[in-house]
Amino acid sequence: MPVITYREALNQALREEMARDDRVFLMGEEVAVYQGAYKVSKGLLQEFGEMRVVDTPITELGFAGVGVGAAMVGLRPIIEFMTWNFALLALDQVVNAAAKMLYMTSGQFNMPMVFRGPNGAALQLAAQHSQAWESWLAHIPGLKVVVPATPYDAKGLLKAAIRDDNPVCFLEGEMLYNTKGEVPEEEYVIPIGKAEVKREGDHVTLISHGKMVLTALQAADTLAKEGIRCEVLDLRTVRPMDVEAITASVRKTNRAVVVEEGWEVCGVGAQVVDYVQRTCFDYLDAPVLRVHQVDAPMPYAKNLEKAAKPDVPKTIAAVKQVLYLD
Amino acid sequence: MSTTKSSKRRAAASATAADADAKAVASDNAASSPEERRALHRELLHSMLLQRRFEERTAEMYAIGRIGGFCHLYIGQEAVSTGFISLLRPDDYVITTYRDHGQALARGMTPRAIMAELFGRVDGCVGGKGGSMHLFDKSLGFLGGHGIVGGHIPIAAGVGFAIKYRGGDQVIVCFMGEAAVNNGAFHEALNMAALWKLPCLFVIENNRYGMGTAVERASAINDIYKRGASYDMPREMVDGQDVFAVRDAAERAIARARTESTPTLLEIRTYRFMGHSMSDAVSGTYRTKEELEQYLKRDPISLLRARMEADGDLTEDDWNAMDDEIKAVVQDSIDFAENSPEPPLEALMQDVLVDTTSD
Ligand SMILES: Cc1ncc(C[n+]2csc(CCOP(=O)(O)OP(=O)(O)O)c2C)c(N)n1
Ligand SMILES: [Mg+2]
Repeated sequence: MPVITYREALNQALREEMARDDRVFLMGEEVAVYQGAYKVSKGLLQEFGEMRVVDTPITELGFAGVGVGAAMVGLRPIIEFMTWNFALLALDQVVNAAAKMLYMTSGQFNMPMVFRGPNGAALQLAAQHSQAWESWLAHIPGLKVVVPATPYDAKGLLKAAIRDDNPVCFLEGEMLYNTKGEVPEEEYVIPIGKAEVKREGDHVTLISHGKMVLTALQAADTLAKEGIRCEVLDLRTVRPMDVEAITASVRKTNRAVVVEEGWEVCGVGAQVVDYVQRTCFDYLDAPVLRVHQVDAPMPYAKNLEKAAKPDVPKTIAAVKQVLYLD
Repeated sequence: MSTTKSSKRRAAASATAADADAKAVASDNAASSPEERRALHRELLHSMLLQRRFEERTAEMYAIGRIGGFCHLYIGQEAVSTGFISLLRPDDYVITTYRDHGQALARGMTPRAIMAELFGRVDGCVGGKGGSMHLFDKSLGFLGGHGIVGGHIPIAAGVGFAIKYRGGDQVIVCFMGEAAVNNGAFHEALNMAALWKLPCLFVIENNRYGMGTAVERASAINDIYKRGASYDMPREMVDGQDVFAVRDAAERAIARARTESTPTLLEIRTYRFMGHSMSDAVSGTYRTKEELEQYLKRDPISLLRARMEADGDLTEDDWNAMDDEIKAVVQDSIDFAENSPEPPLEALMQDVLVDTTSD
C-alpha cells in the first residue's frame, strides 16, 4: 500500500471529490495561485480552473458567507480557513447561518458544505495562532465536527465530509501535515461519527482525537514496556460523538484518561467524562482524568510552551494515577 | 466599471423621502398602452396595500398576544419591496433582514403562510420554527429572513457566485437597513461582489434609523450610496416613497446584473412609520412627532393612489373594492392562522441535521 503524507491524503480527497461532482468547489485565502498556505490544494487550480479553486481576499466572515449562499442554492462549497484561528471572524456564518439554516427553515435549505483548515498549536506561534477549536464548534447543534489523526482517516473522512449534506467542520492538525501513513489506492470513504480503536489494551482507555492520538499512542508504547496495556480510542469525530465505542472500551478497561489539545473548562474531555459517568458508572475503578493545555493562553518561549501543552509525560502520569501506581 | 451618470440619477439623488410637497413623481416606466399602464399600476398598488393592511393587522395580533418575540413592521417602506420585486423573474432570488413581511408578500408568499408563521403554527412557511424574522420559501427563491444585522449580505454574494458559477442570468436582490453598512460583513461582501462581478443588487432601505440611532449618528457618510465608490460599484440614491422611481433604478440595476453580471449599490431613502419593533413606541425618544408627521405626508401608497386618480386609472369605488378585497384576504389569513395547529412536539428535534449524502 502506498505511504503518503496527511497533506497528500487531503489533496487526493479534494481532487477525487471535485472530479466526481462539479458542484464542489474550493474557496479560501491562497488556495489557488499560491497552491495553499499549507499546500493542501496543490495542483487543483491547474486541474479545475479558477471558477472552482477560488482565491479570496482576507475576508473570513465574507467568504464563509459566500459559501453559505452558494450552498443555499445547490452548490457544495469547501471553505478553507488558512487556520481555524482566523475562522473566529467567520463564526457568525458558521454558527448563526450554516448550523441553523436547516432547522430555521424547517428543512427547506440544507447546507452541504465543509469548513476546513489547520487547527491547534504548531511550534512557538504564540497565543493568537495556537488554539484548538473543536470544543467551541462541537457545542453547536447542526454542525458535524471531524478531527482526523492519520492520513488514512484524513482522506476517508474528508471525502465523507464533502459528500455529507450537512455543514461539516473539518479540523486538520497543523503538525500532522507531514506525518505519513498507508493510504490505499482504491477509493474508500469513512463514515462520520465512528470512533476507532487505534491500539487494543485492557488496563486503561486513552480517549483522544486529532493530533493528540499520536501522543496517546506514544504514551501507550512507553507504558507497554512497563507492562501497562493501554487501549487507545480515536474519536475521529467529536460531534456526533461515538458514545457506544467509548462505553464499550471503558466497560472493558474500567479506567479512562481523556487527552485533548484544548483547554480544560467545557472541553471535549468534559463531554466524554459526562458520557462515561452516565454509561459506565458501575464499571469505573478510578475517577476519569484529563490531559489538556494549561488554563492560560499559549506562550511563545520554548520552555513555557512545552509546559503549557499536553504531552506524553503528562499522559503517562495520568495513566499511572488512574491505575493507582504512583 | 463606472457609475450611472444620467440626469435621471441626479434627479433621484437630490430627492429625499421628506420632500414636503407631496407631488406624485414624474418618472414612469409603466407599460406602453393605457390599459397596460392601468393594469400595472393596479398591480403595484395591490401589492403595496396588501403589505400595509397585513402589517396593520399584524400589529393588532401582536397586541393581543397572538404573535410573540421580535416583530418588525414594514409600514412606510412598501414602495421599496414592490418596486424591486415587481421586476424580478420567478427564478431570481430575494434575501432580506428580519423586517421581512413586506418582501415576502411582494414575492408572492401567501398571507396565510406568513400569518400562520407569525402565530407559530404548523402551517407557517417554516412550520412555526422561524417566526417573524425568519420567513423562507424555497419555491419562490425567497432566501429569508435573517436576524443578524449584516449577516445575510455575504450570503447574497454567495448566491451571486453560484449564479455565475452555473452561467445563469438570474439576479439576487439583497435588502438591508442603512445601519448594516457600518458592519464589516457589508464591506466584505461588496468587495467580493465587485471584485468577482456578481449579479447582486444591494438595496439599502435607508429609513433613517437603526433602532434609535439616526444615520448621522452612526455613519461617517450621510449619502450612504457613496460607499459604493470604495468598490467602484455602480450606485444610486433613490426616492423610496415613489414606486416608479424605485422601479426605474431597479430596472437599470437588474439589467446591469443580468447582462453584464455587475453588482449595484442602491440607497433607497424611505422612512418607517412605526417603531423599530413592536416593543418601540411609534415616535420614541429618538425622533419627534413633527418629523414623523412630515414624512407621513409622503406615504408611498397615497402617492401612488393620487397618481392613479390623476391619470384616471382609479376611482374611489375601485379603491374601496381593492381595499375590501385585501382586508378580507388578511382576515382570512388570521382565521387560517387561528385554526392552524401548533407544531407537533416531534418537530422539536427534526431538521437539526439531514441524514443524506450526495452518494
Ligand atoms: C449584529 C447585530 N447587532 C445588533 C442587532 C440588534 N438589532 C436588530 S435591528 C437593529 C437596527 C438595525 O437597523 P437598520 O439596519 O437600519 O434596519 P431597520 O431596522 O431600520 O430596518 C439592531 C441594532 C442585530 N440583530 N445584529
Ligand atoms: Mg434603518
